[in-house]
Amino acid sequence: MEAIDIVKTSYIKELIAKGIREDGRKANEFRKIEIVSGLIKNAEGSAQVDLGATRVLAGVKLNLDEPMEDTPNQGNLVVSAELLPLASASYETGPPSPDSIELARVVDRGIRHAKCVNLESLFVEEAKAWTVYVDLYVLNYNGNLFDAGSIAAMSALLSTEVPKYEDGKVVREERVSKLKIDNIITSSTFAKVGGKSLLDPTANETNAAYSRVTIATDEKYVRAMQKGMSGGFSAKEIEELIEVAFNNHKEQKDIIKKSQK
Amino acid sequence: MGSSLNKPELVVDGKRLDGRRFDEIRDLKITAAPLKNADGSAYIEWGNNRILAAVYGPKEATPRHLSDPSKAIIKCRYSMAPFSGLSEHGRSGPNRRAIEISKVIKEVFENVVVLSDFPGSEIDIFIEVLQGDGGTRAAGLTAASVAVASAGIHMRDLVYAVSAGRIDEHIAVDFTMIEDNYSDCDMPIAVAPRNNEILLLQMDGEMTKEQMSEAISMALEAGKKVNVAQRNALKEAYARAGEEKN
Repeated sequence: MEAIDIVKTSYIKELIAKGIREDGRKANEFRKIEIVSGLIKNAEGSAQVDLGATRVLAGVKLNLDEPMEDTPNQGNLVVSAELLPLASASYETGPPSPDSIELARVVDRGIRHAKCVNLESLFVEEAKAWTVYVDLYVLNYNGNLFDAGSIAAMSALLSTEVPKYEDGKVVREERVSKLKIDNIITSSTFAKVGGKSLLDPTANETNAAYSRVTIATDEKYVRAMQKGMSGGFSAKEIEELIEVAFNNHKEQKDIIKKSQK
Repeated sequence: MGSSLNKPELVVDGKRLDGRRFDEIRDLKITAAPLKNADGSAYIEWGNNRILAAVYGPKEATPRHLSDPSKAIIKCRYSMAPFSGLSEHGRSGPNRRAIEISKVIKEVFENVVVLSDFPGSEIDIFIEVLQGDGGTRAAGLTAASVAVASAGIHMRDLVYAVSAGRIDEHIAVDFTMIEDNYSDCDMPIAVAPRNNEILLLQMDGEMTKEQMSEAISMALEAGKKVNVAQRNALKEAYARAGEEKN
């Protein structure tokens, strides 16, 4: 950590001890969410999400592949994430970092286990099915990529249109139907600083934290969770945070739906 | 270059597919400093191209053995998003083409940045093509130039780039992807406008000596518009910053 981060970290801790967050939010308050969907026309689906100063662009591409051997009648979903070096001074060029892989896998698990993408509908014909590639492009980092990434992925998937398939060929210039989406998932990430769990942590709050948890839910069920960093949570804390996550879901789901024209 | 077998008609009634004249560039709009974390940044919409450029630095050069006590070093990464094209999902990260483009763009900025002002430091330039439709290196370089300027890094000039080439017997500028695929020659050029010195030039295809000079002068003429867009973007960004302060 650089000297400036150490100074900011102790500042955040001092503030939290007085019950204040650096941007004045309450402990269970999200930053403003803004979604622009469909801005990359070459991609079959896309959405850019601003969560405060965190900006994530999700692009969706559909490739016609051979289905997996154990699921010959359905397509596949592949989620990847790139922590682009232009998004933060602390990101470096090179092969995918463990952080980017964790981000992609946590977002993937939520969408997969909530059965958001109807994989059966991706079947085209014998030995042919669509693979849905979701790429999360982090353009500006200020904490909480998990929740921004989930919103971006979900919004991009909702905007996705399936290309035409005719006489054994994909005609990408023509898109014939909406991708079939059966469920919407959102997540809530908390970072613990000075014994307090803060929803939607900023970069400074994440640096000052010693434990972190992400809870992905749909309307009814918890669908994926990921505990991060070396510190822990009590069972009671986890229960309380799940309650908060369910409350957030409804609001975020509405914001995601509204972003689709 | 695409196969000549299924080559579409690129010129109809003396106009190009999108209705442009041969010496006409696509609409372009540049926004300076759209990114909060980067020291400088720019977003360019040039035709259907959507490209972000960002600059970090000057900062201490790493690794140490690359550091030069007499001047700054420049690093550049040009990369295309796997969803940037109309075709299949691409691979992430720079491929051989992207690494070559990164190198020639880096060399342009080694010319225009006043490197001796920042001894021992490095300047990182990142160019991410979010959507590509022909001429991405020219558009990316044009955006990078605005990004470097918005970082307050001393430059001798606000370099721009534009491509020129040949479609059938016509010399033209600023090819779209489809024109690029089926053209007889495409040649991106980067220019320092103060003396029209050419700092980047890549060419493949076929052109006569006369066609080459026509293409270069058409690029220089078209580039004036690009340079105006760059300057306007910077003015708007400073006006915006001024308003936010007041």
